[in-house]
Amino acid sequence: MADYAVQARKSAGGGLTRFLYNTFIRNLSAKIAATPMMATVLVVFVGCTLWTVWYSFTNSRLLPTGEFVGFDQYRRLFATSRWNTSVNNLVIYGSFSLVFTLVFGFILAVLMDQKIRFESAFRTIMLYPFALSFIVTGLVWQWIMNPTLGLQGTMRNMGWANFTFDWLNNPRMVLYALLIAGLWQGVGFVMVLMLAGLRSVDDEIWKAARVDGIPTWRTYVSIVLPMMRGVFVTAVVLVGSGIVRLYDLVVAMTDGGPGISSEVPAKYVYNYMFGAGNIAQGLAASTMMLITVLIIIVPWAYLEFGGKGRRS
Amino acid sequence: MTTTATVSSSAQTEATDVKSRVDPRGPRPKPFFTPRKIIIYSILFFACLYFLFPLYVMIVTSFKTMPEIRWGNIFAPPIEWTGEAWTKAWTSACTGLTCQGLSPGFWNSVKITVPSTIVSIFIAAINGYALINWRFKGSEIFFSILIFGSFIPYQVMLYPLVMLTREMGIFGSLWAVILIHTIFGMPILTLLFRNYFAALPVELFKAARVDGAGFWRIFFEIMLPMSLPIFVVALILQITGIWNDFLFGVVFAGTQNYPMTVQLNNIVNSAQGSPEYNVNMAATILTGLVPLIVYFVSGRLFVRGIAAGAVKG
Amino acid sequence: MKRFAVVAAMATAFLGSTAIHAAELEVTHWWTSAGEAAAVAEFARVFEEETGHTWVDSALGGSGTGANPVIISRIIGGDPMGATQMNTGRDAEELIQAGLMRDLTDIAEEMNISEFYVDQSLLEPCTYEGRIYCFPINIHSWDWLWLSTAAYETIGQPVPTTWDEYVASWPALQEAGILPFGLATGWPFAGIPGVLLAGIGGSDLIIAINRDKDVEAVRSPEFREVAEALDGIRQVVSPETMVPAFADVGNQLLEGEAAGNIHGDWLQGDLQIAGGVPGEDYECLPALGLNDQLTGGGDAFYFPVLPEGTDPAVIEAQTELARILISPEAQLAFNLKKGSMPIRTDIDLSQANACMQKALVLLENGLLPSGDFALSSDTQQQLQDLNIEFLGDDSITVDAYIERYASIIESAD
Repeated sequence: MADYAVQARKSAGGGLTRFLYNTFIRNLSAKIAATPMMATVLVVFVGCTLWTVWYSFTNSRLLPTGEFVGFDQYRRLFATSRWNTSVNNLVIYGSFSLVFTLVFGFILAVLMDQKIRFESAFRTIMLYPFALSFIVTGLVWQWIMNPTLGLQGTMRNMGWANFTFDWLNNPRMVLYALLIAGLWQGVGFVMVLMLAGLRSVDDEIWKAARVDGIPTWRTYVSIVLPMMRGVFVTAVVLVGSGIVRLYDLVVAMTDGGPGISSEVPAKYVYNYMFGAGNIAQGLAASTMMLITVLIIIVPWAYLEFGGKGRRS
Repeated sequence: MTTTATVSSSAQTEATDVKSRVDPRGPRPKPFFTPRKIIIYSILFFACLYFLFPLYVMIVTSFKTMPEIRWGNIFAPPIEWTGEAWTKAWTSACTGLTCQGLSPGFWNSVKITVPSTIVSIFIAAINGYALINWRFKGSEIFFSILIFGSFIPYQVMLYPLVMLTREMGIFGSLWAVILIHTIFGMPILTLLFRNYFAALPVELFKAARVDGAGFWRIFFEIMLPMSLPIFVVALILQITGIWNDFLFGVVFAGTQNYPMTVQLNNIVNSAQGSPEYNVNMAATILTGLVPLIVYFVSGRLFVRGIAAGAVKG
Repeated sequence: MKRFAVVAAMATAFLGSTAIHAAELEVTHWWTSAGEAAAVAEFARVFEEETGHTWVDSALGGSGTGANPVIISRIIGGDPMGATQMNTGRDAEELIQAGLMRDLTDIAEEMNISEFYVDQSLLEPCTYEGRIYCFPINIHSWDWLWLSTAAYETIGQPVPTTWDEYVASWPALQEAGILPFGLATGWPFAGIPGVLLAGIGGSDLIIAINRDKDVEAVRSPEFREVAEALDGIRQVVSPETMVPAFADVGNQLLEGEAAGNIHGDWLQGDLQIAGGVPGEDYECLPALGLNDQLTGGGDAFYFPVLPEGTDPAVIEAQTELARILISPEAQLAFNLKKGSMPIRTDIDLSQANACMQKALVLLENGLLPSGDFALSSDTQQQLQDLNIEFLGDDSITVDAYIERYASIIESAD
């Protein structure tokens, strides 16, 4: 990067004006141009986050004017059944969602990689839900799972009198109803990531495996899969940080019900921050969300970027 | 460690080397009707049923009449196709007391999406350009925090941003949503442009510098004309992302400016009386239509967009 | 407060001004059911007829997030509406303290409101440091048991006259395939425990809990009866039979699909719109037929302080709306449609139907503090979370419910 600066300076032929131009004005216009970015980083990503963490230690109610109360908000948070249920729900939904999107995404990608015909048609079909809003996704599946007129009602009308698919009304199953909708939207995306990963595997490896007579499935499992570790990690991070934010889908599909059986942390935050007029409680809950994300991100960032120096 | 495809490097490959990755790498093709092929195609076929089923149900339901829906067969195509539900969803479905259908929401979404997309892409393009060609002290640190920030849950920054927009006097207006979309679109778009500009031959830039061109001239006359493809990718990413947003619309737009997603949820989930599922489904399709059109028209570019924009969670 | 003083001064200055041009005043509220909409239309009508200003209606339905947050965040966020409905209670107390609400004391004094307000305690939540910041515009009570005449005809029993008779009729109703208790999803359930508290628990218990936040009262045998009654309701409702909105329960009652429902008096507005006649199509039991006092809260109107530079005509329109909302004409027209009780003692309510007449009698015994009225929105939210969880999860025992209720009351402020 330095060489063209040197070159530019040389070509300018020295002189005080040129020198000033190079050291100040040139940097200045870049800096001015990057002001929005610097402001976003400093004010929003750093400033707002610190503000939230700080005020989660106060007893602010409707307005952020409270006094410092230490960990009181956190104590209350962890003693609140709705919060604990929300966290449990997120853990259950999250682990199933993560495992299934990765597994199905990978399997579909492998199938798509078999030199099949109509590949682009298949991909178009699998990926289109990803273009839709979670609200749209939630409402469609809410209608499909409508107990009287949806799938259950249809099957019963067709003669299967005992067919039961009432997950939206069943506190024990409602999370899996969300999961079906979530997978519908997300699997195609992971499939595309995986497919890109599969295709970046060197052709030589396939040739070598074929020469050695290793069956295709074994090549995938014991050679290709380990090579795709990076893609998997990326997918885990992306799907994972999406899961922590889970909100729109729940609002549209179940609104947390029946009872509180499909509540999620993001909804708790919103409710206490804007609805119940207890912002400090909401901020404490959102700080816990932040910590969760840090737990996912930091090890990844360390693996990806740590110890190797900065990459461009 | 070389096999560890990082987000940034895979995105970079995307930008430079599309052609070679299009070729499938699997084993050599065999005759069509082998058992193996049959298994593969049937699995893919059933997967497609799962993906297509909701779309089919939406469309079919939206063209039925309510009595027909009450017979309770979501599979059956309408006996009598009617567009009434569509008209109602667009012009007269009720949210609370206002019964104007989704059309105000559609125009609100347009008013939000168009400026947000333009502003966010423009700023991100400059960011990427400055980060690659005009590095200054600390620019890489800013960039790292920016990328890291994209993983912070929105809820963490929501309340301070309400206060911030209030202080600026724009809370509850289109300006606030545009600002918020610009902020939260910045990490991914900046990454996109930065990687794209990094892959451009640096000689062009050097030559322009020698000719004495400055920051803006190089940007507008050299970088922009060369970056059309990445602009299209960014455009796809932003239009779909912003159109589909719910949370920022609810919080920042103000009641008069609720985007389509919010109005859709109001129409469906706060309806009084017996719900009209045909209207609900028509409204749902209408809301999904814009991103779907973008998706089908852009085709492969959309795939590129999400692969490159994979960092967006 | 400085900005506030300026605006107040401006408002006063323009009170006497004759150069009034028509202004548009945005009014937010969450009156979205048919009965409520008809009632609020009366306010709009009187306001527009009398002043020539325009009522810009912003009804806030749902959005999956509730109307209150939208109202509050708009006021805090510096995008205030001209006027807004909120519950009479503590939801806005911090907004008042922060100087975000307009001081209405001058209007109150000019109209001499203490002369005609039916219960002075209604003004308590509106009062801060001796100044008045909101006008309650009606009295609502949750304490009603609504019963379906048609359902009891089907099973050939007389319509119950107390809660206990009603509970006793449940098995017969179930046998006939009638829902003993109709219920809408979401918040409607949250109002029910308070009604049981006032009806079964009695006046002393509700005062001890809601006003004095007495934890021992929650652990008392009287409260246990309340919790057991709630448990009883839980046994006869299930997610499959729940309907989307409270107005739908009204229809179930009129059709005889459900036999009873506990819901606030605003349900009556919808019953009337659907053509129901009290005494013929449905019966109403105030305070579950057990108590002689009702818990009351209601709706109040607040007028946010508008930003500097607002058209004085809008501020003038605020003033006029404030006067009109509590004027006899608007009060009568509004409350008859809404099914709630007016805040004025000096209006002729002979047009009111049988249910409202019953309520007016009980009103003379004074109001009990409802949860909406006496508890902070934070505490209300916690109780609502608890109640909704209790309804949805049979594994929460009555004992556990009582303990959790007690700990919420213990930390209530």
